[in-house]
Amino acid sequence: MTLEISRRLVDAILEQSRVEYPDECCGVILGPVGSDKALRHKPMINAAHSPTFYEFDPKDLLALYREVDDNDEEIVVIYHSHTETEAYPSRTDIAYAGEPGAHYVLVSTRKEIATTPEFRSYRIIDGIVTEEPVTILE
Amino acid sequence: MAIEVRIPTILRPYTKDQKTVAAQGATLALIISDLDANFAGMGERLLEDGALRRFINIYINDEDVRFLGGLQAPIKDGDSITILPAVAGG
Repeated sequence: MTLEISRRLVDAILEQSRVEYPDECCGVILGPVGSDKALRHKPMINAAHSPTFYEFDPKDLLALYREVDDNDEEIVVIYHSHTETEAYPSRTDIAYAGEPGAHYVLVSTRKEIATTPEFRSYRIIDGIVTEEPVTILE
Repeated sequence: MAIEVRIPTILRPYTKDQKTVAAQGATLALIISDLDANFAGMGERLLEDGALRRFINIYINDEDVRFLGGLQAPIKDGDSITILPAVAGG
């Protein structure tokens, strides 16, 4: 599987990660159900307000799933930022990954490799992480 | 009385892919044990050491059960229950 995503959405997520630094940022990209198309960006509040953890507020989570259902959409991408480490799923990311159909996107705001921002995508199913290619549509 | 329970994608292997199932019980604890009786293994995905798992959210109608008494939350006719895995990580 490849994640196809527009340059505009990639830039919006990277910008959100910089704005919310030093906390982790998070959100989703929605698309029509069954389409696997990442179209509608919905930044979420990190209820943990932490540089090492993120969590959607439980009330926001319920509202999100209701909205997705009402609009015949699905959650295509679930993303969050790592503030000081590689854009690779952490042990807790893997343990709590609950959407086997979603692309899990990680970005990193770490400084030491600042030449190109990290934007990577994974499937996380039953504790197994598989990185997948990302195609950015210009 | 049968209560409608919405099942998240990750637990649908237990319910033969049904998105909603019916369960019986006057408290959340009884609903969960009824679910586990009908869909073996579901209880363990929701509970840990007899308590609700931290990263599973259960709602009665629009309210998080943590604010309604947790496992002892009363369930009445016409309520609907939604189970959602937390979206969280490190």
